[in-house]
Amino acid sequence: MHHVVLERWSRGASALHRRDPRAKLAALLVFLVVVATAHRALPALAAALLVLLSAAVVGAGIPLAGALGRAALVLPFTAVFGAACWLAGDPARGLALVLKSYLSALAVLLVVSTTSLPVLLRGLETAGAPRYLLMVAQFLYRYLFVISEEAQHMSKAAASRGATLRGLAARARFRAAAGALAVLFARSYGRAGDIHRAMLARSFPGHFLTLDALRFRRGDAVFLVLASLAPVAARAAVERFARWPA
Amino acid sequence: MARLIEVRNLRFRYEDGAPALNGVDFRLEEGETVALFGANGSGKTTFVMHLNGLLAGDGSVEVCGLAVDRHNIPAVRRKIGLVFQDSESQLFMPTVLEDVAFGPLNLGMSPEQAVARAHAALATVGMDAAASRAPYHLSAGEKKRVAIAGILAMDPEILVLDEPTTFLDPPAQRALAGLLAGLPQAKVLVTHNIPFALATCNRAVFFQGGVIAAEGPVEEIVSRFAWDFAPDPSKWNRRQPA
Amino acid sequence: MHIPDGFLATPVWAALDVAAAPAAGYLARRAQRGFDEARVPLLGVMGAFVFAAQMINFPVGVGTSGHLVGGALLACALGPAAAGVTMCAILAIQALVFQDGGVLALGANIVNMAILGVFAGYLPFQLWGGGRWRRFAIFAAGTLSVLVSALAALAELLISGVKMPSAVLGMSLALFLVSALLEGAITLAVIEALEAIQPGFIGKPAAGRPFALRAAGLAAVLLAAVGVWFASTAPDGVQKLAERSGISQAAALFSTPLAGYQVAFAGSPWLRKAIAGLAGVALIYGVCLLIGRAARTRSV
Ligand SMILES: Nc1ncnc2c1ncn2[C@@H]1O[C@H](COP(=O)(O)OP(=O)(O)O)[C@@H](O)[C@H]1O
Ligand SMILES: [Mg+2]
Repeated sequence: MHHVVLERWSRGASALHRRDPRAKLAALLVFLVVVATAHRALPALAAALLVLLSAAVVGAGIPLAGALGRAALVLPFTAVFGAACWLAGDPARGLALVLKSYLSALAVLLVVSTTSLPVLLRGLETAGAPRYLLMVAQFLYRYLFVISEEAQHMSKAAASRGATLRGLAARARFRAAAGALAVLFARSYGRAGDIHRAMLARSFPGHFLTLDALRFRRGDAVFLVLASLAPVAARAAVERFARWPA
Repeated sequence: MARLIEVRNLRFRYEDGAPALNGVDFRLEEGETVALFGANGSGKTTFVMHLNGLLAGDGSVEVCGLAVDRHNIPAVRRKIGLVFQDSESQLFMPTVLEDVAFGPLNLGMSPEQAVARAHAALATVGMDAAASRAPYHLSAGEKKRVAIAGILAMDPEILVLDEPTTFLDPPAQRALAGLLAGLPQAKVLVTHNIPFALATCNRAVFFQGGVIAAEGPVEEIVSRFAWDFAPDPSKWNRRQPA
Repeated sequence: MHIPDGFLATPVWAALDVAAAPAAGYLARRAQRGFDEARVPLLGVMGAFVFAAQMINFPVGVGTSGHLVGGALLACALGPAAAGVTMCAILAIQALVFQDGGVLALGANIVNMAILGVFAGYLPFQLWGGGRWRRFAIFAAGTLSVLVSALAALAELLISGVKMPSAVLGMSLALFLVSALLEGAITLAVIEALEAIQPGFIGKPAAGRPFALRAAGLAAVLLAAVGVWFASTAPDGVQKLAERSGISQAAALFSTPLAGYQVAFAGSPWLRKAIAGLAGVALIYGVCLLIGRAARTRSV
């Protein structure tokens, strides 16, 4: 599964892995804005930025083909809209949609596969995002593994009954799926109750206390400056020298 | 010997259903390890959740001389460490270390103290090497050990474990028995596992229909209720006496 | 319908980020009120449930199938504020971990699905969920939540200048309607199955401040409808709009203080834009932080 692979990658030990999550998030924002606001010589810019990201992926010790492939998850969706623009007589915009969304997805993927999600969420918290929301996201991510496994068991069980189910009318199969979801819902609800009791049993005082504060070191500042300048410089160079019509 | 737990005539009924506890009397003395046997649904889990005030029924529950009521609950929860049946619900923090430090932090320790406690507890259960891992990636036996460490880090006087061997393979069950035998606290073990109970407990009680139907040495209770899985197939249809 | 990065015009994603951040903060505080963080595991696990629910397919017809989106189900089960927070968390995890929806576009996706979708979905449940029309109310909740989310997203795309031939536009509207009706049917079937397992599991709509909730729901529906109408009448997208309303002058004004640096750096106009964009992001961030702080101190 996608998130299991990303989590394995995020346990690496490269220099990029060790950077403070806030530095990575800030650099990511710069990159995304550079991409989002670009409109001239887009294919050349995309190529330059792709080289930049690929270098970072390789530098972080992440399999390049795997990362490029996983970022392509956005392509089916964007390709549809790209095609729509093309049909509407604006092929340049269609191409722009595909290039921009792919580059953005790859950049996000790079950050997530070099930062474990709890650390990333902690970074977001110290950057001012609502803490309650982030705690919910943390629990969501923690139990995503558990509940998806339950869901998979259920859909496998349903598939192994497929012989009988296939004979059923679509209406009955719809009912069966609703029944499975209802069971999954009730179980998840029950699991949340168990978790809450386990928290109370360990003297939960009503809010979560955290262990260690993040530390923003000089290396993080240097990284932030360099990583922010790189895409800006790439865009400067491309827009100045490329003769490509956009 | 000091009496650690004293329960008298405890009754409880869930909101929606039939009564789950119908007058339970139970004692636990210092240094004891007691096995709780009984059929599925006989009320064992409901009972242990009364010991630290997660559920509140009629009757009296005292822990280390404290009545378990709203006023005493924080103190009682420091004395009793409850390990739930499903470790997956108990290990809710993103890493092993954060999970084990969850209790100590809640007791008001500084982060440094809590981390030191957590490492010590993890070392006790032999899991210190996994401190930075995510609980999801551990085996069932490892998860159970971490869950126990999360309790030990709070330094309780009594350990209560609900079906601790359920998801464990035989070697992990053996290792868990060895670990528990080495811990000085008094223990209450809910279990269906007879060899495990024989290895760890010096007394057993038998739950039936929400009351304790009998108590005594583990062997005696097992044979009286035919509570083992008889290896002789001719006895497989044997019923427990009413 | 998760909008990826690169689809929305800068004023659109920036404005929606500015709108979404305090709204999410407000929802979080409302969901939290009175429970401290005791309900965090519930919202988190139910979020994981919605994620996992996508693995269970519902047959629709000839060889195709759909799955639950979940906003209305959560709203009926947990109430709109908790459902909104849960949807925000889902969208954040989807954007970060699954590359499903963009990061700059997260505000847009939150507005569409966690705010407009959830409140529009809660509207029929709030109005009729307690009485004889309960089944219809639940069906309408699912339908409306997906329809409003999809229309809002469509409006944002069109305003951003994403072009669609009218045939494609008509087709996507039909597709939205079908998936909205499917969501209604799934939501209703799941809630009925739940009540067969555990009667009374999904309660009646909570009393208290019904007016504000209804107003929010109505506003959500109206906003989506007006958005689509406006977008389809303004085919040139946001540039025109910006010129007409003077936003572009404001932007120029705003980037003027930075113009000096631009000359010193490289002397090409792109840099001014890039720096203005970054300064804009910093400004958005500052505004969100300030609003968040102000709201927090007020609520304490
Ligand atoms: N949350 C609950 N709501 C309603 N009834 C419950 C609940 N939990 C357990 N019960 C019922 O209470 C009885 C005792 O259950 P439990 O204490 O879990 O038994 P045991 O742990 O011995 O298997 C059973 O009949 C069970 O169905
Ligand atoms: Mg039990």
